[in-house]
Amino acid sequence: MAAGPVPLLERRLLFVTGKGGVGKTSVASAIALLAAQRGLRTLVCEVDAKGNLADFFGVGPLKFQPTEVREHLFAMAMDTEESLKEYLRLQLKVPILAKIGPLASTFDFVANAAPGVKEILTVGKLTYEVRERNYDLVVVDASASGHVVGQLASPVAIGELVNAGLVRSQTDWMIELLTDPATTGVVLATAPEEMPVTETLELIGRLQDETEIDVAAVVVNRVLPELFGRDEEAIFDSLRAEGASAALSAAVGTGADEVLDAADLAVGLRRSRAVHLARLRDGLPAGLPVLYLPYLFTRSHGVRATSLIAASLGEELGY
Amino acid sequence: MARSSQRTANLTLEQLCSAKEVLVSTGSGGVGKTTTAAAIGAVAAARLGAKVLVLTVDPAKRLATALGLEEFGNVETRVPDEAFANVEGGPRGELWVAMLDTKQSWDDLIARHAPDDATRDAILANSIYKNLSGKFVQSHDYVAMERLYEIHTSGRYDLVVVDTPPTRNAIDFLEAPDRMADFFSSRLLRWLIAPYRSRVVSFASKPFYSVADRILGTQFLEDIAEFFMLFQTMYDGFVERARAVTTLLGGPQTSFVVVSTLEVAPSREAEFFLELLSDRGYHVGALVLNKVLPDLLLSTDGADAARVLSTDAEAVAARLAPELQVDGGAVDPAHLAHVLAEIGSNFSNFAVVARREAEQRAELSRTPELCLTVPWFDDDIHSVDGLLRLGEVLWR
Repeated sequence: MAAGPVPLLERRLLFVTGKGGVGKTSVASAIALLAAQRGLRTLVCEVDAKGNLADFFGVGPLKFQPTEVREHLFAMAMDTEESLKEYLRLQLKVPILAKIGPLASTFDFVANAAPGVKEILTVGKLTYEVRERNYDLVVVDASASGHVVGQLASPVAIGELVNAGLVRSQTDWMIELLTDPATTGVVLATAPEEMPVTETLELIGRLQDETEIDVAAVVVNRVLPELFGRDEEAIFDSLRAEGASAALSAAVGTGADEVLDAADLAVGLRRSRAVHLARLRDGLPAGLPVLYLPYLFTRSHGVRATSLIAASLGEELGY
Repeated sequence: MARSSQRTANLTLEQLCSAKEVLVSTGSGGVGKTTTAAAIGAVAAARLGAKVLVLTVDPAKRLATALGLEEFGNVETRVPDEAFANVEGGPRGELWVAMLDTKQSWDDLIARHAPDDATRDAILANSIYKNLSGKFVQSHDYVAMERLYEIHTSGRYDLVVVDTPPTRNAIDFLEAPDRMADFFSSRLLRWLIAPYRSRVVSFASKPFYSVADRILGTQFLEDIAEFFMLFQTMYDGFVERARAVTTLLGGPQTSFVVVSTLEVAPSREAEFFLELLSDRGYHVGALVLNKVLPDLLLSTDGADAARVLSTDAEAVAARLAPELQVDGGAVDPAHLAHVLAEIGSNFSNFAVVARREAEQRAELSRTPELCLTVPWFDDDIHSVDGLLRLGEVLWR
């Protein structure tokens, strides 16, 4: 730790995870977009096929085969069956897949029942892209916090079940890439709310206990702006006094009350969230970078939102 | 914080809870699905003279503690009446809770269906079974529905409110019973077992086995085959139950409660799910929208005032400053101007989001009979009292 954590965009493989609903995909797309804007040849991959990632770049459905969505930026959707086929073709030199027979129907069962098969095909594909140096940076919109530990630990776990065969021989180099902090990092996306903060702290504990993979950063999404400082708060309160609110209405119209109520709402929300932010900061390991992204008051959540978040992220990283 | 609810039809949650025997709470992760299910159960128990069970899957720790779930887990447990101290005259019915322990429920299921003790023990010890029951995400869906069916047919409760597992796709659990039946009836199963049946130890002649063996190893394939052979003995029971579960979900005694926020991704999923449920003929009783911004943000007067404040803060501040006092002293007009500009742009900012939410809400509320909105709560809920407060918001 003496040298400090490896800067986010200097790593080669980033797994972005977090509790459902915190904006995991928007954080992953923003990191990828920022990296591409800075000239890194970047691959962003959606692991849970919800099809949201495409929306963040305003493109059609993503496939296993990466598509170039921006200069330097490629996007793909993980498909473990495709990953298996690619693996068989590249690694095992299995010549004609037709000979394997009903691969697809068998695959679904085997992949689901056997722990780690689906996970290793996912992690295997991603680490392969890193090993082959096909990209400068691979950003993964990974599984939600409940499943990500299993995903990241799969190369180790698979050895216990599949104690023979070629799969086993492949896991060593994967583990090497995954456990090297200069190469791989986990980015924990969270929001300043009770459950997301609790889950983030638990996940850091699990990652440290059950894997040897480095946590690169915590990204706190949707941080509400502070409307005014402490001394100005007294001024705001004085606007609520009887004479003052009448004068305000006279100056700006009858909507003054709604404006004051909206300010109360914003102050209240920010205050209740400040508690969780403080709890997060207190609970995190020392030296772990925490990046804050603002709550976006935008209409849509497409390309526009992604570039705004990427810009905020760039500021946070000091670019 | 002020709490209000709105409904778009004459139906109320009270009617829904009175008319149905099973309510299935569903929605994407992080939208408050579990809390909503528990709140509906709590208020139904308090208000109706009914015995209500909340079957939950993955509650937040503090909520689980408040409900006594940490201790009892898989066992149905009654929440003591003392927890309802703030309900005038006490609860009219009974609130029971259970947390689904997937592994335990699977083991119980096997014990029930296994033809004999030897088969049961062999299955419980099989490594594929252990992984399937513990980690196989789809097995959570299946066993949740199976457990629901078992509880419903036992007749122990008037109303069962069930929370659904956090799945990648909200529809996964709906299809789980069918998928489980398909799975056990597939030709694949017989085909995988075949070489073991004919006692052919070497797979060398079959390309699939050869490749599978190279990738996965012989031990793994043997485990799979053993698993299938054992499971086949329970095939009829499983298929029959899967059908019965499907029938229950689609029956007149069951209704779905779709939970969402008005954020973009959850809304989209809720919309998709509402459509899918009605296409397939399931009854969608209610849509519950959490974390909804208040209607005051839609006010045009508010928008006008906010615009004046943002563009003309200094002039307004100059006019207003003499009217104000802070700690008995005068107010600095420059500071005041800053505050006014800030609250003006704050309103405009939130109004943008509120307008999008209003559109989204109108879109979503077309299908269900009942659309309930819940405002932003200051904090998460971890007590029966909190559940009841939320429940009352929904009930009215």
